[in-house]
Amino acid sequence: MGLVMGTFSLQSKQVSYHKDKADDDLEMTMVCHRPEGLDQLEAQTNFSKRELQVLYRGFKNECPSGVVNEDTFKQIYSQFFPHGDASTYAHYLFNAFDTGHTGSIKFEDFVTALSILLRGSVTEKLQWTFNLYDINRDGYINKEEMTDIVRAIYDMMGKYTYPALKNDAPKQHVDAFFQKMDKNRDGVVTLDEFILSCQEDENIMRSLQLFENVI
Amino acid sequence: MAAGVATWLPFARAAAVGWLPLAKKTMPKPPVDNSSRSDEILYLNVSGVRFQTWKNTLDRYPDTLLGSSEKEFFFNEDTEEYFFDRDHEMFRHILNFYRTGKLHYPRHECIQAFDEELAFYGIVPEIIGDCCMEEYRDRKKENQERLAEDTEANESMDAPLPPDSTPRERLWRAFENPHTSTMALVFYYVTGFFIAVSVIANVVETVPCRPPEGRVKDLPCGEKYQLAFFCMDTACVLIFTFEYLMRLFAAPSRCKFMRSVMSVIDVVAIMPYYIGLVMPENEDVSGAFVTLRVFRVFRIFKFSRHSQGLRILGYTLKSCASELGFLLFSLTMAIIIFATVMFYAEKGTKGSTFTSIPASFWYTIVTMTTLGYGDMVPNTIAGKIFGSICSLSGVLVIALPVPVIVSNFSRIYHQNQRADKRRAQQKVRLARIRMAKKGTTNAFLQYKEDRGLRGRDSDSTALCVKNRSAFEHQHHHLLHCLEKTTNHEFTDEMTYSELCMTESVGFRTSRSTSLSSQQGAQNNPTGCCPRRARRRAAMRLANSTASVSRGSVQELDTLHIKTTSIPPQTRSSLNAQADNLKLNCGEQDFTAAIISIPTPPANTPDESLPPSPAPIPGILRNTRATAFTHETVKISSL
Repeated sequence: MGLVMGTFSLQSKQVSYHKDKADDDLEMTMVCHRPEGLDQLEAQTNFSKRELQVLYRGFKNECPSGVVNEDTFKQIYSQFFPHGDASTYAHYLFNAFDTGHTGSIKFEDFVTALSILLRGSVTEKLQWTFNLYDINRDGYINKEEMTDIVRAIYDMMGKYTYPALKNDAPKQHVDAFFQKMDKNRDGVVTLDEFILSCQEDENIMRSLQLFENVI
Repeated sequence: MAAGVATWLPFARAAAVGWLPLAKKTMPKPPVDNSSRSDEILYLNVSGVRFQTWKNTLDRYPDTLLGSSEKEFFFNEDTEEYFFDRDHEMFRHILNFYRTGKLHYPRHECIQAFDEELAFYGIVPEIIGDCCMEEYRDRKKENQERLAEDTEANESMDAPLPPDSTPRERLWRAFENPHTSTMALVFYYVTGFFIAVSVIANVVETVPCRPPEGRVKDLPCGEKYQLAFFCMDTACVLIFTFEYLMRLFAAPSRCKFMRSVMSVIDVVAIMPYYIGLVMPENEDVSGAFVTLRVFRVFRIFKFSRHSQGLRILGYTLKSCASELGFLLFSLTMAIIIFATVMFYAEKGTKGSTFTSIPASFWYTIVTMTTLGYGDMVPNTIAGKIFGSICSLSGVLVIALPVPVIVSNFSRIYHQNQRADKRRAQQKVRLARIRMAKKGTTNAFLQYKEDRGLRGRDSDSTALCVKNRSAFEHQHHHLLHCLEKTTNHEFTDEMTYSELCMTESVGFRTSRSTSLSSQQGAQNNPTGCCPRRARRRAAMRLANSTASVSRGSVQELDTLHIKTTSIPPQTRSSLNAQADNLKLNCGEQDFTAAIISIPTPPANTPDESLPPSPAPIPGILRNTRATAFTHETVKISSL
């Protein structure tokens, strides 16, 4: 009986080696990121110190580690759209925020994007939007990319809409978009075409002013 | 939405810029936000401890006190802070809820105090975080059970009968709570005795006695003294039948009673006797009749009415039904497996006792419970190996559910012990409270005395008056106003009860003390009581303060009466004596009214009778007690 107990205890010692390895992995993911100083951020963005403070407090409260990874981002964004599935669009949005392609959004990325969206010039806003649509970052928006984006947006609506969503609604929407934006009819939209077409559209220009006061 | 999501809303709105080029229609105008956007630090002063937090933090939960405009009621302009006169230690947890979005329950705090704080701050307890939710729920349930036990005990056990109960109700109550009347107690013990006698007779009649002359073999005593045992059995069964019929008659719901466990046991205990009477002395049938006599042993279960421990055991088994079921199921599985294995292992050997699998069941059971009778023993090596595995696993399988059952039993048993102890302690506590209150009840009488003296000697009264607080002054003035309104005066309970007894009964002098003799003799016996009847209506109006005091008086009153142990019947005879005399002073329908007003009035010390126009000074008008039977005021201080 004692021999049996002895062999069992030997066994448990071996297990602990595996456990140490797991601990190492855990440590790596607990990295905390701190943003650069407040002054630098103030210089880089269009926010005042006070606004940055408020923003950071909210950010740090939600993400004590200082970074947001894609899953958390998707979760948070999906809470605003409970009717449908916002994960696809959130994925594209995440990529638009994560300008450095690091796989996680730090506070600087967050604040830079917000600065453009809320306090930036028309050109900057349109450029940001172009980046959002241009999924593969090649400088051109083609029909497939646009269809993906539009479908993701329609997914957020969910199933129960009025009038009922038809299957080819995204396609029709994309066709209308290209009709308007693609000036030289070469099947892709470049940044200049995009900005030019948007500036010609009164509706878009007017709507861009609406989001000034979000913060 | 959670607080965290609220933080991200501005960002989600900003990201909506990405939809603009695709939009087919113009965007709607955003809502106008009039509140000041700049964040500020708020100061919260909770009984001296200062907390500071951002306004945004509190705004996260707008349906709570701190998040809504309700906190403006607590704003102190001089110090520019919000002042709350509450517990600062618990406020810490509340504030942390705003900060982190999770509400934790501090384990060392009383659950009711915590609930009250949550209710004050407008926070629903359901949002307690998962980490603390189980603890919170357990303690809350425990507390509620305990309180329910207390109130149930108070109601059921000692609540006296309403005066106009039918004999049937009284009979039922006598059966359910034997200690309420002597007759019931006597009957209770008699039945208990006869149950014991019956069970012992059943046992003894099978013991072999010395055979009478002419026989060699030992006879069981039952056959030797057949007549004696038959008489004893008849007597017991008669008593049991009588008891059962009485219970059936008295039961409020006969169908429910007939379905209850105890009544089934009663029936099963007495049926064999009647069946035996009816059946003929036939040899064939008497075999079946003998089996019926086995049921007589069920009479022992009738003891569970007499023993609380048995009831607890039964209740435990009922509440552990699932564990017992599991035990049974796992045992059955193991028995079948091992029996099969043993049967096939021992199949080959000559003269093996393992003749079939069901026969092996017996071996398995005996081995698993480590009995080991030795009537069936494996002979092959394989059989021995499996036999040893069987006994080892038997110990395990049986040992597993047993601690659960044991812990359940101990919990229920201790709960019961606690309930009994609590009831005893509460009686002592009540008595002590009353003693403490009695000291302050003279205050009002002192006040009246001083008032009376004021006319004569202003100097001495000034001294006395100074010793009372402003509150007491105002309270006494209020009571005085009441007296003037109703043209009656407050007095103490002893005086009143004396007067009650002396004037209505007339010659009942056994309880009279000094006061009643001088008062009772001079009074018109019918004078007080019709007036009392007339004033009943007036009294009902003055319920709030006066009734509370009367509650206490009644309580003491009844206590006083009880100590002299008057049986209830004399009360009704008292009632019957005069025409209009609805005398309710002495009714046992007091409540456990503990007064929260610090100075209940109503005591005249015997020596000072204030001069009053009423011919009967100092009688406390007693309305029908039912007008305030249900005034239970909780103890606020002791």
